Amino acid sequence: MAKVPKPNELVFDYNPPQKWWMDTKPEFRPGTWCYPGKAKNAEVLGLPNPREWSPLDEDWKLPSNWKEIIFEGMRDCLNKYRSLRVFMDICVRCGACSDKCHFYIGSGDPKNMPVLRGELLRSVYRKDFTLAGKIMGRIAGARELNEEVVKEWFYYFFQCTECRRCSVFCPYGIDTAEITIMGRELLNLLGVNIDWVLGPAANCYLNGNHLGIQPHAFKDMIEFFVEEIEAVNGIRIEPTFNRKGAEVLFITPSGDVFADPGTYTLMGYLMLFHEIGLDYTWSTYASEGGNFGLFTNHDTMKKLNAKMYAEAERLGVKYIIGGECGHMWRVIQQYMDTMNGPADFLEVPRSPITGTVFDNAKSTKMIHIVEFTADLIRNGKLKLDPSRNDHLRVTYHDSCNPARAMGFFDEPRYVIKNVCNNFWDMPPNCIREQTFCCGSGSGLNTDEFMEMRMRGGLPRANAVKHVHDKHGVNMLSCICAIDRAVLPPLMDYWVPDVDVTGVHELVGNAIVMEGETERTTDLRGNPLEGMEDMSDEDL
Amino acid sequence: MATVEFKGKTFEIDEDGFITSFDQWNEDWVDYVKESEGISELTEEHWKVIHVLQDYYKKHGIAPMVRILTKVTGYKLKYIYELFPSGPGKGACKMAGLPKPTGCV
Repeated sequence: MAKVPKPNELVFDYNPPQKWWMDTKPEFRPGTWCYPGKAKNAEVLGLPNPREWSPLDEDWKLPSNWKEIIFEGMRDCLNKYRSLRVFMDICVRCGACSDKCHFYIGSGDPKNMPVLRGELLRSVYRKDFTLAGKIMGRIAGARELNEEVVKEWFYYFFQCTECRRCSVFCPYGIDTAEITIMGRELLNLLGVNIDWVLGPAANCYLNGNHLGIQPHAFKDMIEFFVEEIEAVNGIRIEPTFNRKGAEVLFITPSGDVFADPGTYTLMGYLMLFHEIGLDYTWSTYASEGGNFGLFTNHDTMKKLNAKMYAEAERLGVKYIIGGECGHMWRVIQQYMDTMNGPADFLEVPRSPITGTVFDNAKSTKMIHIVEFTADLIRNGKLKLDPSRNDHLRVTYHDSCNPARAMGFFDEPRYVIKNVCNNFWDMPPNCIREQTFCCGSGSGLNTDEFMEMRMRGGLPRANAVKHVHDKHGVNMLSCICAIDRAVLPPLMDYWVPDVDVTGVHELVGNAIVMEGETERTTDLRGNPLEGMEDMSDEDL
Repeated sequence: MATVEFKGKTFEIDEDGFITSFDQWNEDWVDYVKESEGISELTEEHWKVIHVLQDYYKKHGIAPMVRILTKVTGYKLKYIYELFPSGPGKGACKMAGLPKPTGCV
């Protein structure tokens, strides 16, 4: 594992290299690239060219006809995805995006400017798919495809978190995330990928979730939280699994089932659903909201997404509620309907408690738990005691995909402000649609990539530091499981006094449940404000 | 895949020095790893954590979540970090021969 430099040891150099970009090659320095995909995981997913290989080797063991494969793949993508052809043709290299990328800000490497990341692919497109490029070559920004280009693609398409902040600033609306997605699609044709993406995708394909939690273990873990809730407020919750005929199927990232602090958010879901008496079920088959297929290729994304809907149909539910997951919502909003839809065996979601019909989910039949909860609060259906979060001074990180793929800005803030008394937003140019990425999304949340994660997370951390210094913020809330996994080490690195939470953990703290015993702690067992003096025994 | 030899036994390991399958595990492995994990002497408490991890893994096919580990052992997380300086996931799981958890973790 690469050693992670301390914050004061990081060097930020914004001087461009001496040579023209086409003549500059990436240096595979430890901490800036992820381990390659393992053969066993590629085999599970049926991906081409499974083998043992290393980015540090001269020979990446590409198939002998690799060039043909790439050209054929590009042709195929250009025909299938009109957006790609448009994005390849219309960029005028104005540079509006160049300083908007967290990885550029954190690394100073010009190839992390979204415009130049796009050029890595565009230059090959020009050379072989445009007349100007064919004739004028380098003068027209075209270059020959060779193995060095493939290595450079690997390095930089796995230094992009597909967060789409750059696309907000592009006057043409070019979606650089989609260019990265296509780049990874092409690389996967050669068997060039990373194991932190392939491993979870393979687990999900085999066991229903990224962690590889088997059904009996999944049930065991949820039941652990049932006991934990009972210890906090005396309420015994009885969740059901794979129950046919339930009204709602609930799907959340498996990270929430396994890893702190997401586990507390999961307790919040359980408490909320119990209190309103929702007729819902968990599934041990569709036990993953996330979709690392999105970070692999379209085919894998489609396969992994399909099981959610297959399970909804099998159980005969009316619709799906999705948990606090990030990229799941990009898959649902942008791809699901034409990929595995229409889900016409489901009904347009209608809250059984308030009667609200969620027309926005008319085609996907899947609503976000935060909009569901916001609607409950707006209709006065929840008894809340926000003072139970008074020990927390909260800000909100707009998780990239719900923000930029769903336009989901106000519902989370509405919920937070109803369950917390102390809330401050970060400055306007780094929240809502301009939100800065956690620096570890799109399957880059692995330890060997830690230096780049800390660099890429710097702009987000810097904004948190601002509200920490100004308002004493000590809790960063978010609605994405990758966020909940990666923001704690990012905060430890840059803003050590700030902890991380999901929104429904805050709901779980504030919700007043019928028949509950006196609450003295939050869900983490920390004393509520005014209860600090009670001894461990009293608690 | 890299291998290490120790006390006449061969272990296949991944990039981070985890053994690639649990069935390779034996007590010599713990002995081999302890030094690089900054542990000079293995105590009963180390073994208790290792055994809890392994028992859970054998039953469930995955490492227990940290909250289950702390509850079953009765050790606070801070204390587990004192026992295994690189933490329950990296240090203790590595010594117990369990694979690293993957996904949104």
